[in-house]
Amino acid sequence: MTDHLQQEVRKDEIEAGTTTGLASPSVDPLSARQNSLWSDAWAALKRNPLFWIGSLLTVLLVVMAVFPQLFARGADPRACDLANSKARPSSEHWFGYDQQGCDYLANVVYGARNSLIIGVFAVVVVLLLGVVVGAIAGYFGGATDGILSRIADIFYALPLILGALVLLRVGPQTDIPILNSRGPGAVALALALFGWMTAMRLVRSQVIAVKSSDYVAAARAMGASNSRILIRHILPNAVAPVLVYTTITIGVLIAAEATLTYLGVGLQRPAISWGLQIEAGQDLIRTSPHLVLFPSIVLSLTVMAFILMGDALRDALDPRQRA
Amino acid sequence: MDTGPPTCAGPHPRGNMGRYVARRLLLTIPVLLGASVLIFSMVYALPGDPIRALAGDRPVSPAVVKVLTERFHLDDPLWIQYWEYLKGLFQGDLGTDFRGRPVLDTIERTLPVTIRLTIVAVVFEIVIGLTAGVLAGIRRNSFFDNLVLVSTTVIVSIPILVLAFLAQLTFGLKLGWFPIAGTREGWYGYVLPGLVLASGSLAYVARLTRTSIAENMRADYVRTAKAKGLPRSRIIVRHTLRNSLIPVVTFIGADIGALLGGAIVTETVFNLPGIGREVFDSIQAQEGAVVVGIVTLMVFFFIFFNLVVDVLYAVLDPRIRYD
Repeated sequence: MTDHLQQEVRKDEIEAGTTTGLASPSVDPLSARQNSLWSDAWAALKRNPLFWIGSLLTVLLVVMAVFPQLFARGADPRACDLANSKARPSSEHWFGYDQQGCDYLANVVYGARNSLIIGVFAVVVVLLLGVVVGAIAGYFGGATDGILSRIADIFYALPLILGALVLLRVGPQTDIPILNSRGPGAVALALALFGWMTAMRLVRSQVIAVKSSDYVAAARAMGASNSRILIRHILPNAVAPVLVYTTITIGVLIAAEATLTYLGVGLQRPAISWGLQIEAGQDLIRTSPHLVLFPSIVLSLTVMAFILMGDALRDALDPRQRA
Repeated sequence: MDTGPPTCAGPHPRGNMGRYVARRLLLTIPVLLGASVLIFSMVYALPGDPIRALAGDRPVSPAVVKVLTERFHLDDPLWIQYWEYLKGLFQGDLGTDFRGRPVLDTIERTLPVTIRLTIVAVVFEIVIGLTAGVLAGIRRNSFFDNLVLVSTTVIVSIPILVLAFLAQLTFGLKLGWFPIAGTREGWYGYVLPGLVLASGSLAYVARLTRTSIAENMRADYVRTAKAKGLPRSRIIVRHTLRNSLIPVVTFIGADIGALLGGAIVTETVFNLPGIGREVFDSIQAQEGAVVVGIVTLMVFFFIFFNLVVDVLYAVLDPRIRYD
């Protein structure tokens, strides 16, 4: 029997809780017991090159958002000279100049901050809404679940961009704080309000699946309160799928922000944002395609970074796929 | 004679389909109403004065103000406005915009464009997505399989907005193969926007088909067919494909509902006068009646196609029962 086969048999035996001694009589089942979900996942992640590409891009973007000066090659995004208007990329100025004669590399680099802030802030609100509503719906069931699930259905039937578009269009005319600010907070809030449903369904189904397990019954028998059972026993089980969902969703929300800003209801000038740059560049696409191209590429790489990490996390955290 | 894997042909006890459909239809009513209330309250809860906005700088006589206020129920509370709207809706009257044009006419003018765009997109999904998925699935881990995996990840990561500009730049301006805007050239003008609109779903169809086929290739009935000595092509076409395509067909069905409502960006960038661009223009102009009418229609499409797909799923997969 080869080493590899021996290991397999050993693993099967330990998993099944039987030790036939076929594998190796000297094995101590305690020392060879199964790793936790997270250490297994980490082992799988370490081997996945796509995970490393995604993480590297993400780290790069976060540094770019916090210290844009490091990447702007000494140029100030707001120092413009009309003499340079629409100048092509050169070895001195890698991304060329925009129509106002501002260094384009600096502008694209400084755009990372708004995108990341909105993506992260929106996903935090999505999680808050999704986890709270999903946990309540799944745990209490019955009429509570019925009403909350129908509300989620209603929001789900409205396309994300459309709902956020209407809300952001009317937002500035209301006196609702944050929503009437035309700033990153408003965009993030609008995206979260129309994007929490999948997180809610995810948490709800996890809660329903775990609710009837023996350890929850045991906790209840010991007199644990509803909130304690939910927070200490049920929600930790929902962490893995929610983490995968969160990672991918940051990317999706960043793309949505750029789209809303492009459509004119998101961030407004003089904010620096990839959506605004694409919008300004589209009329010059025939003569100066680099004005659309560079922010588009960086935006796509940002979205890709989160999707790559999310995909890798899903593969690593799903034990059914693991051989 | 080989007719593929056994199915439950003939009369089978699968519950009452009519009752299932009726119950699902009833369940869609609260969702449809809820979505229209949601969009209605967002659009009409505005503090602004639409009459003044319509008139611009010109003075408006009090008589005109009185007539318009009465006609559009501007002084009534929100729920009365909504009730008046619902009454009209059930008589087939979606109201008029502020210039007096019936919303129904606007929909009749713009919907055909969106339907054509959706048809082109679905054709791309089937032709490219399905083919790539099948080829990748039957030869897992081949070069082509990896190519499909990588390219679908890239496509999913690129926001539709960016894809639209990339398509315009390469196929429209550089190569000159397709018009980049408008519908003057008939169906030909829909090729590029259709491809862009389909891209995300196309990648998903390819992945779904690939996974589904690869799973079914390992199924027992395929092994049996191989043991019977059937040629590989026959096994793939009659056994594997038939079973693998069920989830794909249902995804494409549901996607039609989403495509009909989600083309705001594509129609705007490619300047196609469909309902997506119409609703965007109306949101900008705060034409409440048009926004509510079109969004309700989009939500209806979404719910309707999801219902069709659920029924279709049960018809295609005999393991599913209606009860």
